[in-house]
Amino acid sequence: MSTATLEGSTAAAEAVQSFTVTVIIRRFDPEVDSEPRWQDFDVELFATDRVLDALHKIKWEQDGSLTFRRSCAHGICGSDAMRINGRNRLACKTLIKDLDISKPIYVEAIKGLPLEKDLIVDMEPFFDSYKDIQPFLVSSTAPKEGKERHQSVAERERFDDTTKCILCAACTSSCPVFWTDGQYFGPAAIVNAHRFIFDSRDEASETRLDILNDKEGVWRCRTTFNCSEACPRGIQVTKAIAEVKQAIMRGKP
Amino acid sequence: MPEKSAGGLAEAQPLDQIKHNPRPGGTLYRGREGMWSWVLHRITGVGIFFFLLVHILDTALVRLSPEAYNAVMSAYKTPIMGLGEVGLVGAIGFHALNGLRIILVDFWSVGTRHQRLLFWLVLGLWVVLMLGFVPRHLMNVFGA
Repeated sequence: MSTATLEGSTAAAEAVQSFTVTVIIRRFDPEVDSEPRWQDFDVELFATDRVLDALHKIKWEQDGSLTFRRSCAHGICGSDAMRINGRNRLACKTLIKDLDISKPIYVEAIKGLPLEKDLIVDMEPFFDSYKDIQPFLVSSTAPKEGKERHQSVAERERFDDTTKCILCAACTSSCPVFWTDGQYFGPAAIVNAHRFIFDSRDEASETRLDILNDKEGVWRCRTTFNCSEACPRGIQVTKAIAEVKQAIMRGKP
Repeated sequence: MPEKSAGGLAEAQPLDQIKHNPRPGGTLYRGREGMWSWVLHRITGVGIFFFLLVHILDTALVRLSPEAYNAVMSAYKTPIMGLGEVGLVGAIGFHALNGLRIILVDFWSVGTRHQRLLFWLVLGLWVVLMLGFVPRHLMNVFGA
C-alpha cells in the first residue's frame, strides 16, 4: 500500500484484495464417465468477478477440458444459465461478492434437460416447446395507414414484462413439474406465448390459448414460483402463467 | 481435503474425486417459500388420502359387524394413535389453509405478488390452530 516508488494507479490495483475461492463443478464426460462427478478447483478471484470469470480461469489456466456455453457474457444471449449454489442463475450475472466465499461455490448444469457434457445440456426439448406456441406475430390484415401497426402505450405495456425473455431456460429448468414431466411446456414457452397472446396486433391468440389449454399446458403449473425467482431478467413468470390461465377460463381480456 | 490442481495443470485427480462425491444426483434445488409450500402441500395431500382410505374402510365396518367396529375403535385409543391424530390435524390444517392460499394466488389479481406473505400467513394461522388443539388433545390422550 505505501510503496512510494510505485505509481498511484498500480498501488490502487494492488490494494484490491483477491480471494482464493473453491469452485466445485459437476463434471460429466460422456466418453469417459458413466455418472457425473464433482471436481473442485481453487481459483484466485476478485469480489467484482463473476462466476463466469471463475469458469474462464479454470478453463484457461487449470483444466482446458471444462465445457460450458457462453457467448455475450453480459446477460443478454442467455447461453450460460446454470445451477449455482442450488439456484438457477446466469454465470455472467452472478458476482462473487454476492456469494458466500467462505464456503465452496457449487456449479452444475441446469436440471430437467438431458446432460450432454459438464455444464452443457441438450436445449432442443426446450426450444421445441418454444416453437410449438408460435412465437411470432400472426396477422392476416394489412397494416392501416402505411407500414406501421400502431399501438397505444397501454396496449404495449400489457405484455411488456414478457418481452424481456432471453430464452436461457433458467425458469423452465427450475420447475419441479418440468423435472418430472419433460412433456410440460414449461414457463419459458408460456411466457413467450403470453407475449403474443396479449399483443393487440396479434390475431392468433385463440390458437395459442388452445395449444396451452392442454394436459401438458398451463394447468401443469403448481405455482411454486421457482421460475419467478430464477428469471435473470426479473420477469414475473408465475404471474404471466396465471394471466394465461385466466385468459383460457374467461377469454382474453 | 484433497490436494487441488492449483498448479496450473490440466490433469485432474480422479481418485480423490471419487471420494469427494458429495451429491451424485446434484445439489438439492434451493427453492424458496413457494416451492416448500408446494412440497408440504403434496406430502400432506398424499398423507390425507391414505388416512381417508383407512377411515372409509373402518367406518364401513360398522355395517358388517358392530362388534368388529368397536374392536377397531378401541384399538385406535392408544397414545401412539393419539400422536398420529396430532399429525393428522396438522396435515389437514396446513393443507386447508395452503389450499386457500393457492386459490388466492390463482384468482386474486395481486395474489402472485403477495404469495410469500400469504405463505407466512398460512404458517402463522396454522400455528395458532395447533396451539388451540394440541394441548387439549394431549390432555385427553395422556390424561387420566
